[in-house]
Amino acid sequence: MTKKVLIVDDEQNIAISVEYLMRREGFDVSVAKDGEEGLAMIRSTKPDLVLLDVMMPKMDGFQVCSEVRADASLAGVRIIMLTAKGREAEIEKGLSLGADAYIPKPFSTSDLVSRVKALLEPKE
Amino acid sequence: MLSGPLVVVTSFLYLGLLFAIAYWADRRADTGRSVISNPTVYALSLAVYCTAWTYYGSVGRAAATGYGFLPIYLGPTLAATLWVFLLLKMVRISKSQRITSIADFISSRYGKSHLLGGLVTVIAVVGVLPYIALQLKAISSSFSILIHYPDVMLPGGAHTLPVWRDTAFYIALILAVFTILLGTRHLDASERHEGMVAAIAFESIVKLFALTAVGVFITFGLYDGFGDVVHQALQAGHLKTRLIPEGGANFWFSLSLLSALAVLMLPRQFQVAVVENSGENQLRRAIWLFPLYLLLINIFVLPIALAGQLEFAGMGVDADTYVLTLPIAHKQQWLALFSYLGGLSAATGMVIVETIALSTMVCNDLVMPGLLRRWRYRAPSMDLSVILLLVRRGAIFVVLMLGYSYFRLAGEAYALVAIGLISFAAVAQFAPAMIGGMYWRGGTRGGALAGLSAGFLVWIYTLLLPSFAKSGWLARDFLDLGPFGIALLKPQALFGLEGFDEITHCLFWSLTLNIGAYLIVSSIRAPNAEETTQATRFVDAMSINRPIAEGLWRGRAEVDDLISLTGRFLGEDRARESFAEYYAKERNIEDDAELPADGETVHFAETLLAGAIGSASARAMIASVVQEEPLGLDEVMDILDEASQIRAYSHELEQKSRELEAATAELKAANVKLLELDHLKDDFMSSVTHELRTPLTSIRAFSEILWEDPKIDLEERKRFLGIIVSETERLTRLVNQVLDLAKIESGHAVWTSSEVDLGDIIRQSIDASEQLIIDRGGRLKLDLPDAPAKVMADQDRLMQVMLNLLSNAAKFMAKESGRVEVHLKRQQNMYKVMVSDNGSGVPVKLQPVIFEKFRQGVEGSANPLGTGLGLPISREIIEHFGGRLSVKSTPEKGAIFSFVLPCINRGGAAPSNNPGQEAEA
Repeated sequence: MTKKVLIVDDEQNIAISVEYLMRREGFDVSVAKDGEEGLAMIRSTKPDLVLLDVMMPKMDGFQVCSEVRADASLAGVRIIMLTAKGREAEIEKGLSLGADAYIPKPFSTSDLVSRVKALLEPKE
Repeated sequence: MLSGPLVVVTSFLYLGLLFAIAYWADRRADTGRSVISNPTVYALSLAVYCTAWTYYGSVGRAAATGYGFLPIYLGPTLAATLWVFLLLKMVRISKSQRITSIADFISSRYGKSHLLGGLVTVIAVVGVLPYIALQLKAISSSFSILIHYPDVMLPGGAHTLPVWRDTAFYIALILAVFTILLGTRHLDASERHEGMVAAIAFESIVKLFALTAVGVFITFGLYDGFGDVVHQALQAGHLKTRLIPEGGANFWFSLSLLSALAVLMLPRQFQVAVVENSGENQLRRAIWLFPLYLLLINIFVLPIALAGQLEFAGMGVDADTYVLTLPIAHKQQWLALFSYLGGLSAATGMVIVETIALSTMVCNDLVMPGLLRRWRYRAPSMDLSVILLLVRRGAIFVVLMLGYSYFRLAGEAYALVAIGLISFAAVAQFAPAMIGGMYWRGGTRGGALAGLSAGFLVWIYTLLLPSFAKSGWLARDFLDLGPFGIALLKPQALFGLEGFDEITHCLFWSLTLNIGAYLIVSSIRAPNAEETTQATRFVDAMSINRPIAEGLWRGRAEVDDLISLTGRFLGEDRARESFAEYYAKERNIEDDAELPADGETVHFAETLLAGAIGSASARAMIASVVQEEPLGLDEVMDILDEASQIRAYSHELEQKSRELEAATAELKAANVKLLELDHLKDDFMSSVTHELRTPLTSIRAFSEILWEDPKIDLEERKRFLGIIVSETERLTRLVNQVLDLAKIESGHAVWTSSEVDLGDIIRQSIDASEQLIIDRGGRLKLDLPDAPAKVMADQDRLMQVMLNLLSNAAKFMAKESGRVEVHLKRQQNMYKVMVSDNGSGVPVKLQPVIFEKFRQGVEGSANPLGTGLGLPISREIIEHFGGRLSVKSTPEKGAIFSFVLPCINRGGAAPSNNPGQEAEA
C-alpha cells in the first residue's frame, strides 16, 4: 500500500522541491501551505508521515506537532521537522514535542529521502 | 489667728514639703524616670529668675515708677527668641565639656585658666551677695509683718537688734542647712541636682499662684476689675504720672538689655538653664513658656500697686510690702499666709540656687586651686571626694553668712529694686568674654581678664561705691563733687556724661570699657595652643559631633592612673563604672585588658573630672598624673586644620559616593538596555539566518535534483532552473538589504543631501515599476501637482523608498482588477506622498509592527519576493530626512503607505520642527 506523505510548508519553492522528491520515491504526496491547513489535513487524511516546517503563518510547526501528539487517533503519524531554524534549543524543543526527526534546512536531498524511507519501513 | 509659732511651723512645713519633693525627684532620677527631663519643669525652673525682688519689689517699683517694672521682664522675653541659637550653643558646649558654672565656662574657653575662673567667681560673689541679702531681708520683713496680724506694722531696723535675736540670722542658718541638704546631699560631686530643680519648679508654681491669688482678691474682691482700680486711682490722682515711664527710652532700652543679659549670666540662671539642662529639646518649650510665665506673674502688679496707694495713702506703708499688707489690712489671714508663702518661695528659690551655684564656683575656682598647690607638696590625708563635699558645704555656709552680714550692714540703706539692678549690672560684665568667646576665635585669656577687670572696676566705681555713698557709708561729696573734687570723675557723670540714669550710665561705661579692653588686649597677642584648641571646641560646638581630642594631646599615660585619679574625686566605683561605660560605648572596647591610654582617653578623664572640680582644676590634676609633651601653636593649628579638612574631605567623600551610586544606577540601566539590545541582535541574527537558509534550501534541493537526474524533461528543468535563479536573486537582495540596514543603523551610511523634486523621483520610480504592475494585471493612477515639490534629500535613497512602496503595492493589490494610486500634495510646509493599493490591507494588530525587521505584514501567503527589510529601511531613510513614514489600512479595502518630507522654504532649507504631527494629519 502506498504511503501517504504530507508536506506542510509556507515556502512555495521548497514545497515544490520536496513534493518532487517524494513523488519520485512513489509516495502519495499532498501539500499544505500553513500550520492550520496542515493540521486539518493531518486529521482528515491521516498521513503516514508529515514533513513539517516550523516558521509558518497562523500556526507554527511546534504547535502542529504537539496537537498531533495530543491526539491518540493520530498516534501512527510520523513527523519530521524540516526547518531553517537550526539552533540546538529548537532541535531539542521539536524532539521533546514528539517529532521523530529534525532536519535542518538546507538539507541534502538524498539524506532527506533516506530518513523518510527509514521511518516508513515496517519495524520488524 | 496667725501667731508667731503658727507662721514658723507653716514655714518649716513648707520647707519640709520642698525637701520631700526634692527627695522624691532624686529617687525618680535614680530609677531612670527623671521628672526634670520634662520641658515644662525646665521652663518653670528658669522662673527662679523671679525672686522676692519680683514678688514684693515689682509692686514697689510700679508704685514709684508706673510701668517702670516692665523692662526687667521685657528684656528676657525678647531675648528668649535668641535662645534657639545662644542658649542652645551654651548647653551644647557645657554638656560636651562638663561645665559646672559660668566661671568654669569662661575659664574653660580661654585655655582653662584658674585666674580667669577666680576673677569671674569674685565678680559673681561681690555682685550677687547684696542680692542674697535682699532675699534674707524679704523673708525676715515678711515674717515680722505677718506675725503682727491683724495690725499693719512695718518692721523696725533689724540692725538695731543683737544678732541672736535677729530673725534674719536664723533664716540664713536654716537656709544654709536646707541648701546643703538639697545641693550637697550626696557624697557625689556631680554637677547636676535633679531634686533641687524639681523643688525650684514647684516653688515657681507656688509664687505664681500666691501672687495671682492676692491680685484676684484685690482686683475683683475689693474692686470691680482692672478698670475700676485704674478709674479710682485716676480720681485719687495716683495714676497721672504712673502711665508715663520714668527715665525715657534709653532707660527702657538699657534695662531691657541688662535683664536680657542677666537672665543668662546670673550664676543661678546659668545653673538652671545650662548646668541642670537635661536635653536640648527642653529649650523649645522654654522659649515660649518662660516668657508666658513672666507675663502671668506681672498681670496683677499694677492693680496691687494702685490699690495699695489708695488704701494706705498717707500712712507711710512701704509699697514693697503691699502684696502682704493689703490682705492683712482686709483681715484675710489665710490669704496673707499664702502670700507670705509665695514670697518665701520666691526668696528661698533664689537663695538655694544662687548659693549652690556660687559654692560650686568658690569651691572649684577659688579653693581648689589653692588646695591643689598645697597637695603638690603634701598629699591630703582625707578622701578627696569628702574634702570636695566639705568645701562645697563650707562655701554654702560662708556665702549665706556673708549675705547675712551684708544685710546687717546695709540694712534699710537702699531700696530693694536698686540692689537687684546693681547685681544685674555686675553679671552683665560676663557677656563680652562669654558671648565673644562663643563666636570669635581671636579672644585670649589676657583679653578676657582685661575686659572683665575693666568692666568690674567701672561697675564698682559707678554703681557700688555710689550706693555706699547713698547709704551714708561714704561722704556724699564723693558722689556730688567727684573724688578730690574732680568733677570729671564724678562716679555717676563720668567724663561729663550726664543726663542718664545711674544704670544706663554704668552700663554704658562698663560695657564700653569691658568690650574695648577685651578686643584690644586680645589683639595684642595671637591665641596660644591651649586657647586655640578651646576656641575651636566652643566656636565650632554646633558642627563638631566628636570631641576633637585625637592628636591634640601627646604624651604617656596609664589608664590605671587616670582611673585612680578620677576615683579620688568621684569615688573609686563610680570612676571605674564611667570608664567602663566610656570604653564600651564610645570606643567599642569590651576587653578590660587592652584599654588604650591615648589622647581621647585622657580627654575623657579630664572632662569627667571637670564635672566635679571645674575644668581648670581638672587640667591641673590630669597634668600631674600623665607625662605630657606640650604642643606648639603651629602643631595645634595643623591638627585643627586637619580636623576641619577631614570634615571637608568626608563631606566630599559622601558627595563622591552619592555620585558613584548614581553612576552605578546609570550603568545598571545601561546594562539592562545593552542586554535588551543583545537580545534584539540575537533575534536579528536568528531571523537573518532563517531568511538566508530558506532560499538556499530551494537552491540546493533543485540543484541536487537536476544533478542526480540529468534526464528530467525540458519543461521541468526550465521551471526548476527558473526557481534557482529567482531564489538566487532573493538571496542577493537579502544580503544587500541586510548590509544596507546595518550601514544605516550603525551610522556609516553615506548620505548625500541635495535639492530634489519629489515629482521627478515619483515619475522615475513609476517608470521602473509600472511594468510589474501591468504584468500582474493591475492599473496605475498618478496624481501629481504641476509645481515642483522641492525637498532636501538623497535622490537614490528616495527612489529606493518609492520602489519599495510600489513593489509592495504591486505585490499586495487585488488579484483581479488590481489598482495602485500615487498622490503627491502639499500640506502646509510638508509634502505628502501616498501610495495606495486595493489589496487585502494590513491587519490592525500588525500595523504597528510592519516597520520592524522581518515582520512581513501579510499572513498566510508565501512571499517569495519579500525580505522583511524593505519597510524598515524605508522608514530609516524617510526619518533621516526629517520626515515620517506611516500606514493607514482598512482590512480588505487596501492599504495607504504615506510619507511626509519638509518643504524647502525659498531662501534656504528649513525642515519643520515636528514632522510627525503632519504625517498623522
